[in-house]
Amino acid sequence: MSLQLSDVRKSYQEPDGRPLPVLCIEHYQLSQGEQAALVGSSGCGKTTLLNVISGILLPDAGQVKVNGTDIAQLPEVVRDRFRAEKIGFVFQTFNLLPGFTALENVLLGMTFSRGRTDRNFAESLLERVGLKDRRHHRPSRMSVGEQQRVSVARSLANRPALLLADEPTANVDPANQELILNLIRHTCDEHKVTLLMVTHAVEVAEVFNRVDRLQDFNHPESATEELSV
Amino acid sequence: MSLFSIAWKSIRERGLASTLTALSVALGVMLMVVVLVISGAVNAVFSQRTIAYDLIVGHQRGGELPLVLSAVYRVQPASENLPYLYYKQLKEDRRVVSAVPFAFGDVTETGFFPLVGTTSEYFENDYTPGEKFRIRGKRINGDFDAIIGSEVALRNDWDIGSQFRIQHGGAESTHVHNEMFTVVAVIQQTGTPNDRTVFVNIEGFYAIAGHETPLNEVEMRLKNFYASDPDRLKIALDQITAAKTLEETEAAAGHDGHHHHETPDAAKEVTAVLIRTRADSPFDAINLSSELKEGYQAMAVNPMKPIRKLMNDVLGNVKQGLVVLTAMIILVSGVSIFVSIYNSMSDRRREIAIMRALGARRESVFAIVLAESIVLCVGGGVLGWLFGHGLSVAAAPYVTAQTGLLLDPWAIDSMEFILFPVLLGLAVLVGFLPATTAYRTDVADALSS
Repeated sequence: MSLQLSDVRKSYQEPDGRPLPVLCIEHYQLSQGEQAALVGSSGCGKTTLLNVISGILLPDAGQVKVNGTDIAQLPEVVRDRFRAEKIGFVFQTFNLLPGFTALENVLLGMTFSRGRTDRNFAESLLERVGLKDRRHHRPSRMSVGEQQRVSVARSLANRPALLLADEPTANVDPANQELILNLIRHTCDEHKVTLLMVTHAVEVAEVFNRVDRLQDFNHPESATEELSV
Repeated sequence: MSLFSIAWKSIRERGLASTLTALSVALGVMLMVVVLVISGAVNAVFSQRTIAYDLIVGHQRGGELPLVLSAVYRVQPASENLPYLYYKQLKEDRRVVSAVPFAFGDVTETGFFPLVGTTSEYFENDYTPGEKFRIRGKRINGDFDAIIGSEVALRNDWDIGSQFRIQHGGAESTHVHNEMFTVVAVIQQTGTPNDRTVFVNIEGFYAIAGHETPLNEVEMRLKNFYASDPDRLKIALDQITAAKTLEETEAAAGHDGHHHHETPDAAKEVTAVLIRTRADSPFDAINLSSELKEGYQAMAVNPMKPIRKLMNDVLGNVKQGLVVLTAMIILVSGVSIFVSIYNSMSDRRREIAIMRALGARRESVFAIVLAESIVLCVGGGVLGWLFGHGLSVAAAPYVTAQTGLLLDPWAIDSMEFILFPVLLGLAVLVGFLPATTAYRTDVADALSS
């Protein structure tokens, strides 16, 4: 699944009501099956970009085409459905539901896409991340690394075409960092899933063939100039 | 994984709060069910099921309600009496299938159970439509034989062969008659006032010393009663005159006043007459009732009419008041569900955002929160319904023993059919605001917080 951003603008609002431009991207593209690391300083808009790509946030202007579909133009219900079916998410803070077991968290990843769940597939995903024996454990009884592995398994549960990972290794130890990174990359590679991974860590970015610096193609300052003009 | 199972997980996650809120609904519903079961039992007592007679005939001076309360429910002292001859006159009416005399006014010395003098015909008739008395023992033969209700037997620990005395008038009287009555039979439980009544032979009732009315007084009453029927009055007065002559003769011969001799029918009185008319002529009761109002100082009452009025005027309001009270409890429980879910919303904002990020539609998270409210409210309701009927099952023997009220623990009141739709409506109402909060969750903001 390809990803193409054209003239994307996104601003937040300052407390005094003035707009605060965060994204101003003329062009950005990922080909189907491509894997890229996205690096950038804190507060430069990496997470906002992922939210815009996934349709959680709407851009103020521009096109966000995922496999040729401009998701910004889709009605919310269709956009939710699109996200449920085509996009996987790995969060920095895992975002597992505390009341659900590992298996149930993975099943939740497919609940909103197909309407029904495939328990065997969910178990196979947990087996793949090395947590088959812990599938009935709740997140509170798992280590940080294990929680992130469950999160990875959940992100793949809907068989996504595009995987968005927001600093997935930021909170785990080096051993788990490598494990999780390899897991995500190999799985995406295997299933031709397009991967965009936001990271701060140089050692993580180095693994990728393509490393994009957000500052290189995002120029919110120009949006500020446009607004002031 | 269905939205319902997600809702159920959330409920379990907040186990204590969920249990308490569901229990508060259960408590309200339980109370309502108990109120309905009890009022249903009271209603049954005061309904058509209580008595298988079409008319109760009594003296005009008493009101309709006191007549029924005394003759059927035996909770009120007797009022003015009717001539026994009038009972015989009614019995001969071609429209009357059965006429049963009742003479009462005394109570047992132990337990103060009401005493009713009647004939064996009362026990041959149904006590409620289609229900025959089941009696252990033998028929009344002697003047001082008695048949007792199940509750009398239970409370006084009496059985066949037990002997007892009666007290003149009500429980407040101190005059105890000398005559000793013997229990010859016990009626099995009927769930009617018969359970707490002692029945004696009406002839025995008349034979109790002090029950005879002075002849001059009887003469006066007969003149009033039969004022418009001189023929019958003459027959009655002839009997009185003969009795007076006999008394005077005995007095002249030196016998004391307590010398027993046969009381003439004209000198006997009954408190009420229970009438059954022909089943195939429904207008007989109506015609008879209107005829009786003319001519004599008597009145015939459809036993259900004043009771229905009493039910509607008093008991109906009590029931309504209790139902409203329990409905308020349920409403407050509903508010507690609202508070519980609404308070949890701030903690669950992130969870909802995660689900939305995974592709859940706004409507889906709305439905999940609403489902929680429905599960707590309706689930609590089902629990309360079972508790209510369960409690009725457990309490029924005790209530029956204490009050004589026969509870039907699994009787379903029509209000129970609307209870669950109402609970569903309440759940939707109290779940709507938290569900709307979930619906409006700002996903990006909640995920970054």
